[in-house]
Amino acid sequence: MDLVTPGLGLIVWTTLVFLILVFLLGKFAWKPILNAVNSREEAIDQALKQAESARAEMGKLQASNEQLLKEAREEREAIVKEGRAMRDAMIAEAKDAASSEAAKILESARTQIHQEKMAAVTELKNQVAQLAVDMAEKILRTELAQPEVAKANIDRDIKDLNLN
Amino acid sequence: MVLRRLLTLFAAFTLPLAGTFASSTEEHHAPAEAVEGHAATAQEAEAEFNLNEMIMHHIADSHGWHILDWNGHAVSIPLPVILWTSNGLVVFSSAEFHHDIEGHHVVAAGGLQFVNKHEKIYYAGTEDKPIDLSITKNVLALLVGAVVLLLIFFSAARYYAKNTNAAPRGLAGFVEPLILFVRDDIARGAIPEKHLNRFVPYLLTLFFFIWVNNLLGLVPFFPGGANLTGNIAVTFVLAVFTLVITNVNGTKDYWMHIVWMPGVPTLLKPILALIELIGVFTKPFSLMIRLFANITAGHILVLSLVSLIFIFESVWISPGSIILTLFTSTLELLVAALQAYVFTMLTAMSFGAAVEEHHHDDHAHAEGHH
Repeated sequence: MDLVTPGLGLIVWTTLVFLILVFLLGKFAWKPILNAVNSREEAIDQALKQAESARAEMGKLQASNEQLLKEAREEREAIVKEGRAMRDAMIAEAKDAASSEAAKILESARTQIHQEKMAAVTELKNQVAQLAVDMAEKILRTELAQPEVAKANIDRDIKDLNLN
Repeated sequence: MVLRRLLTLFAAFTLPLAGTFASSTEEHHAPAEAVEGHAATAQEAEAEFNLNEMIMHHIADSHGWHILDWNGHAVSIPLPVILWTSNGLVVFSSAEFHHDIEGHHVVAAGGLQFVNKHEKIYYAGTEDKPIDLSITKNVLALLVGAVVLLLIFFSAARYYAKNTNAAPRGLAGFVEPLILFVRDDIARGAIPEKHLNRFVPYLLTLFFFIWVNNLLGLVPFFPGGANLTGNIAVTFVLAVFTLVITNVNGTKDYWMHIVWMPGVPTLLKPILALIELIGVFTKPFSLMIRLFANITAGHILVLSLVSLIFIFESVWISPGSIILTLFTSTLELLVAALQAYVFTMLTAMSFGAAVEEHHHDDHAHAEGHH
């Protein structure tokens, strides 16, 4: 029966020691330890969150990089295309210009040829006229040496002239 | 473990040889035989008597700490005997009893005379006892346990003070998982999150107090080996703490569920109130008995197994005895942790029930808890 009868002395000492332990451990052990553990847990949580957001940020950056690259590629293509179009336009323009110039040159050449032809015709006419005058002078001179013949000729000529 | 048992046995066997226990041999013989219920030769009865006496002596408290016997002389640490007597406070050394626990040796102190009858101090020649507040073996073990606890956890706390947000190493690395186990697996499951931080420090102290003292009780030599957590006074105090803290923190809800249970027919309410009121006391009572019985049983079992050698009086029993003792001691290591866990767990559940908020619109839920 002694075994299951609590002794007063041990009850008093256990109460005292246990209360002191609750106080001392609570104040100087559990509080700092639990605070440290909590703060570490928070730090780990925060670090994990930061890593997560950094990863998301990286992903975003990568996506925007790709976007940039894509845009750059598109722009390059556009520029190349534009360049090609411009080149084609320039060539076409040059062609047009060249052909119109050629036409102009041709035209002027034609005009010049025509003018020179006209000049040559005029020259020819003048020379023919001169020759005719010279011949007419020679004839006249001869004719005048024979007035009757000359008179006959003049008459005929006059007649011919009228026919003209 | 085995060493302690052997030493204690050595003590138990040499003392009767010296004639100290001779006078009480006969009076203890008959009940022992009646309990065992078999005929025994004189020699076996002698062994059985010694076994009972030795085991009871070991698991009970004492006024001196007996370590071993050397050449027939008991080597023990004398402890202060502190008495509150009719003449006020009287203090003397337990060595003055000269290892007498039969009430023969009279010690005069403070103008009074005292005897030690089976580790209880009486006024000499009477059946009256002074109030005994002595530093007994168990009180010393209690103080040793307290010092061990303070050393371990203060040094762990120092680590945290020095290393902010660092991974726990060394002692802190050892105790932190245990602390987190108590907080997350014992307390958090039983107590609502809102009240958790209020109770966790107490539960931690309780858990480590029981566990460390259980383990110290398994250490075979001084200053271990005292049956502290297997002493009903210690488990009584711990259970009373659980009882008081639970009911001091009890909400209106908690008390309503005890005295006037919602959600049951009115006729049943007084009956349930009676049952619940008894339950308030039986729960901590079962805590007290469970820890006491488990630890004491462990001590008795280990002592008995070692004593097989002496019961059979043959050295050839020793291998079997040692293997069985080793097995049991290992089991006791598990029991030491398990009982600390169970006591703390049930205490946490008791606290949790005291502060829990029931939802009265959900009667199935409220009933489910009782």
